[in-house]
Amino acid sequence: MNPACLNLVEKQFFTFGEPPHELVLESGERLGPVTLAYETLGTLTPDKSNAILVVHALTGDSHVAGCYTTEDARPGWWEIMVGPGKAIDTERYFVICANVLGGCMGSTGPSSLNPATGKPYGVSFPLVTIGDMVTAQKALIDHLGISRLLAVVGGSVGGMQVLAWCARYPEMVRAAIPLATTPRHSAQSIAFNEVARQAIMADPHWQGGDYYGQAKPDLGLAVARMIGHITYLSSESMRQKFGRQLKSRDALSFHFDAGFEVESYLRYQGNKFVERFDANSFLYLTKAADYFDLDDYAAGGPGGAFKGSRTSFLVVAFTSDWLYPTEQSRALVQVLKRNGLDVSFCEIQSDWGHDAFLLPNERLHALVAAFLSRIFREESSDV
Amino acid sequence: MRFDLQIIASWIEPGSRVLDLGCGEGELLQYLKEQKRVKATGIEKDEAEVAVCIAKGISVLQGDFNLEVADYPPDSFDYIVISQTLQQVYEPVVLIDTLLAIGKKVIVSFPNFSYWRIRLQLLFAGYAPKSKELPYEWYNTPNIRVITLRDFRNFAREKEIAILKEVAINTHRQQETGNIVTFLPNLRATYGIFLIGRDGREEAG
Repeated sequence: MNPACLNLVEKQFFTFGEPPHELVLESGERLGPVTLAYETLGTLTPDKSNAILVVHALTGDSHVAGCYTTEDARPGWWEIMVGPGKAIDTERYFVICANVLGGCMGSTGPSSLNPATGKPYGVSFPLVTIGDMVTAQKALIDHLGISRLLAVVGGSVGGMQVLAWCARYPEMVRAAIPLATTPRHSAQSIAFNEVARQAIMADPHWQGGDYYGQAKPDLGLAVARMIGHITYLSSESMRQKFGRQLKSRDALSFHFDAGFEVESYLRYQGNKFVERFDANSFLYLTKAADYFDLDDYAAGGPGGAFKGSRTSFLVVAFTSDWLYPTEQSRALVQVLKRNGLDVSFCEIQSDWGHDAFLLPNERLHALVAAFLSRIFREESSDV
Repeated sequence: MRFDLQIIASWIEPGSRVLDLGCGEGELLQYLKEQKRVKATGIEKDEAEVAVCIAKGISVLQGDFNLEVADYPPDSFDYIVISQTLQQVYEPVVLIDTLLAIGKKVIVSFPNFSYWRIRLQLLFAGYAPKSKELPYEWYNTPNIRVITLRDFRNFAREKEIAILKEVAINTHRQQETGNIVTFLPNLRATYGIFLIGRDGREEAG
């Protein structure tokens, strides 16, 4: 039996924004009702002071850790970080993780039924932003009766949500851990996302986004995923993992089969992804990441995103992450320093590229555990 | 705790905001946090030492302090400590100017190059001096600046920096014991520690 199976979780749903009280999006459009799928681990203390919101990356879901049944072998996406005795210790903290708005793992997104038409939204779903995802999460946190989160933690696109949380609701966030992320999407990152989107939209099965109930744009989505995977790895990790190794032959085959190990790996990742992910969601979520610029959430103009905030930050970057390189985390740290915030920053030596934040890494786990312990201790002694 | 750090700690007012440049494993900051309830921040370039600081619950930034100090608004700190590092700084004038802008007071400690043993080595052996405080060869030393207590006083006078406190000590590199030198300090002290403030004339008036 998987040891994670001792930690049973249940996917729950919270629906809000029933007309006429729809969620007002950054674009000005209204969306409702909105459902968020979420899971919780650990126990909320009576004073509700031990809640940590974990926010997932681009294609993640609410299943951060634990399992649904004792026979369930599929672990959560951050099993190594979240659980009893782990860095985000569920014996001490109450952990909440929700699927993002616009996603396809139980929360409202383009594959959901539009109540107005009875059919899936498709591309009639409004464009949502990182800020809109956070607004929806805030509605969930309010619903759970939590007035202040001990911490918000997330990597990559999850890290962007962490930053939007801190800028939007500073009084609700005691501490923040943005990992392997950026205060704004760079031209290079937007470019990769655009190529991925074009791959989906060029698939004849995409049909202008109206493919539900028919053949899906699996080929396009698989290529999009392959592009993503390249940006999550590093040149060095690819050399170590694959080199120029051939899949099954001793010599080059002189045709277009997946001859190299790396080709085979990307095809496998692409094909596996289409089984669990919706192509339209991929379009929406990458667009939300591209739109992200922390300055848009700055009440005091550019650089003023955290004016008056008292949140404590632990910012972590990884040396070989070229998708959101260390300089981008340093730019974030600079804004935090200018606003007089308590911030710690560590650049972890790692060969594994952007993916490093999801992989076993003793340094990362020790930093997160120690930082959260400190915040927990400071909060307990304040009372 | 290192003897020079003990003296530095004794100069810091309880409850103040302290920035330690090149804080290592955060020994001074941890002491100040626990004993004087200061708001402690460190800057350290070594990843492993940064991790030790965070494990101790100290806020620390990994990076080159020559660059990192540029991002703070004026008066961000009550004290900035730069201990046993000034002799390694490439642009000390720029650095000290910045420190005096972002911090109200700066505490500087450095090995005294006019210590008598160093003088004798150069005089009699004819080699570039090596000592417990400066244990390097000319080709691998990180200590690119040669400073004496008298040099630092001259520097402060020229730059109109107020020396608010000054202590010369006789101790060795990582030692926890030592003594304060009051007689012929420029000759007899291994380290100097200075508390400096913004404007010499202003402070005197």
